[in-house]
Amino acid sequence: MANNEKKKGGSYISAKASRQISKFNRKLTKKLEKDRNDAGKDPALYTTKMKNPDNVVEFDNVCTYFFTDIGTVKAVDGVTFDVPKCSTVGVVGESGCGKSVTSLSLMQLLQRPTGQTVGGEIRFNTGDGNALNIVKTPTAKMQEIRGNRISMIFQEPMTSLNPVFRIGRQVNEVLELHHPEMTEEQIKARTLEMLELVGIANKEGVYNMYPHELSGGMRQRVMIAIALACTPELIIADEPTTALDVTIQAQILDLLRELKDKINSSIMLITHDLGVVANMADYVVVMYAGRVIEKGTADDIFHNPCHPYTIGLMKSKPVVGKKVEELYNIPGSVPNPVDMPNYCYFKDRCEMQCEHCSGQYPPEIKISDTHVVSCYRFFEQGEILGYPKSANVEEL
Amino acid sequence: MSEELKNMNTSLNSFDGAENDPQYLLVVKNLKKYFPIKSSFFKKTIGNVKAVDGISFKIKRGTTMGLVGESGCGKSTVGKTILRLQDKTDGEVYFNGTEIFSLSKQELRKTRPDIQIIFQDPYSSLSPRLPIAEIIGEGVREHGIVPKEEHDEYISRIMKACGLQEYHKDRYPHEFSGGQRQRICIARALALNPDFILCDEPVSALDVSIQAQIINLLRDLQKEFGITYLFISHDLSVVEHISDTVGVMYLGSMVEYAPTEKVFAKPMHPYTQALISAIPVPDPDYKMDRVVLEGSIPSPANPPSGCKFHTRCSKCMEVCKYFNPDFVELEEDHFCACHLYNSPERQAELEAAIPQDK
Repeated sequence: MANNEKKKGGSYISAKASRQISKFNRKLTKKLEKDRNDAGKDPALYTTKMKNPDNVVEFDNVCTYFFTDIGTVKAVDGVTFDVPKCSTVGVVGESGCGKSVTSLSLMQLLQRPTGQTVGGEIRFNTGDGNALNIVKTPTAKMQEIRGNRISMIFQEPMTSLNPVFRIGRQVNEVLELHHPEMTEEQIKARTLEMLELVGIANKEGVYNMYPHELSGGMRQRVMIAIALACTPELIIADEPTTALDVTIQAQILDLLRELKDKINSSIMLITHDLGVVANMADYVVVMYAGRVIEKGTADDIFHNPCHPYTIGLMKSKPVVGKKVEELYNIPGSVPNPVDMPNYCYFKDRCEMQCEHCSGQYPPEIKISDTHVVSCYRFFEQGEILGYPKSANVEEL
Repeated sequence: MSEELKNMNTSLNSFDGAENDPQYLLVVKNLKKYFPIKSSFFKKTIGNVKAVDGISFKIKRGTTMGLVGESGCGKSTVGKTILRLQDKTDGEVYFNGTEIFSLSKQELRKTRPDIQIIFQDPYSSLSPRLPIAEIIGEGVREHGIVPKEEHDEYISRIMKACGLQEYHKDRYPHEFSGGQRQRICIARALALNPDFILCDEPVSALDVSIQAQIINLLRDLQKEFGITYLFISHDLSVVEHISDTVGVMYLGSMVEYAPTEKVFAKPMHPYTQALISAIPVPDPDYKMDRVVLEGSIPSPANPPSGCKFHTRCSKCMEVCKYFNPDFVELEEDHFCACHLYNSPERQAELEAAIPQDK
């Protein structure tokens, strides 16, 4: 009851406070936009070096905040993980945990000026020994990368295809933009080749169709064809099969896995379905309330989950063939993103608390070569890698 | 093709008289629902979308039946037709021994509190202009479930049973999270003291951890109040967890119907086998022995001849292309519609009847 009273107070703000927040937001976002434009003028400001040249993308303490009228929402707050070359990284978490915002930050597709990446680095390997810091890269440079070297497959294929253009034209468009040297015939040939690659039997027919003439699975195949047209180094698949049936889902996942090997790219697979991740991913990153709470290889996460949230998530999903009388459910709900606690975000829902838990947010603790977890239960057992750093909004 | 062979459709001996058996709350016999396709100008019916094409099942009191299938296979249409939210084309639905479609308007209204529904999307199924107490209490008042003076207390009790707090009463739906809204929907259904609740994908829109809460809540309520559920879902793992019996639908027909353990341990129909093998298992070492289904579900307006599944079936035989298989009880309580399990005589009979000119 007391907890609720506090919550109630949190969601209603006075007109005065609201005005203060908007004034602060306006000033801050204006400054951030200006900084961003300035940084774009000098390539030295946005070229860096990769920590490990075998990675395609490195997220280093990325902070993406939304400056809304009810306060600053820390959607992604100090997220650190790598995407190695030619591998699949699964990002798992419940809705609102920041997994999509992480991928949008990488593509610079955030709703600006409300949404801003205010801290950290996202390093994208350009292949020539250098790296781009996506956070500071200007839009013009970004346009060369988007769709060409990093491409994205969205959840809902109907809304991401344009209903008034034919399929062929929509696939052509990507090639026209990124390969101006190709002739019209070459582009068409390439488009047909792509459509065949994604398993569309009637490629000539589909080339001249409109999106509404295709089924959900076919539309998702077209989306994959568009994403793969320029053989990107990284494919971000944001819940690619959530809107599809199980049988179609199996087809699409098989296709993605096959194509990944064919064009030697990496996949960043964002999903809430643990089953899909187990099938697809080499590495798994588990997110909760804007932070990475556990990461490791698929084996680490599925056979030896360490964070109480990961354990709870595994237990709460019914699995075919494993009958349990009562499903485990994680008590409580995610804390309010505007007003995050200063201790472990999961503490209030956690059933394995220890004495450290009321202190500072737990650091990342390395418990094996590949397995990293943010939980005080392992404080004495592993090497401490460091605490996730929030950007200080007042200082900016 | 002889008429006799064509009409040998469902010989459902075990359904005869089931409506008079008090252990079954709901008995559905050969239910059909067609949606007419009208021509654009004269509004003449030029065809039918056979959304539900001859479905039979029965649910025992206090148990849960799961209904699974791909999207567009007619699961929700079955649900809505059973509730008489839309008219049937053919068939019978017995609830508590009475035919739902024979009821007059007044009688139907009296029956309504006993049959409730929980919808998929808790965001769009709650009126944004009504406070929670009113959403839950509207039906209670209308049907006079409890005397006026006890009304308030009754609502509180129902809310508590569904995991809602009393101070939630004056709030509006937008103030709640998805899981809590679904609890409100459940409370609304429960408040009318129903015998039967149709759950139309109640957990599909929710997160995994919230899903578990809602599933546990539904089970607890069943234990406490003895409610019967028809649980429509496309998520087989959830259905396996909650159901006692499972019906698998494909393109408007039931292809398999059996107790849950039997369906999952020994699926008979090739479609069920494919469906079960396609479920991703959260274990990276698990080697999937997957039966991949090619293509997608055909249009119900123009279903394939013979067995509707033959276009995608890996075990398709010649007879499958011409004759619709019978929905028969292969083992006790295990119904399946597939030519693979025909007796040798029946198989020979059908093979002989295949039109030679084609």
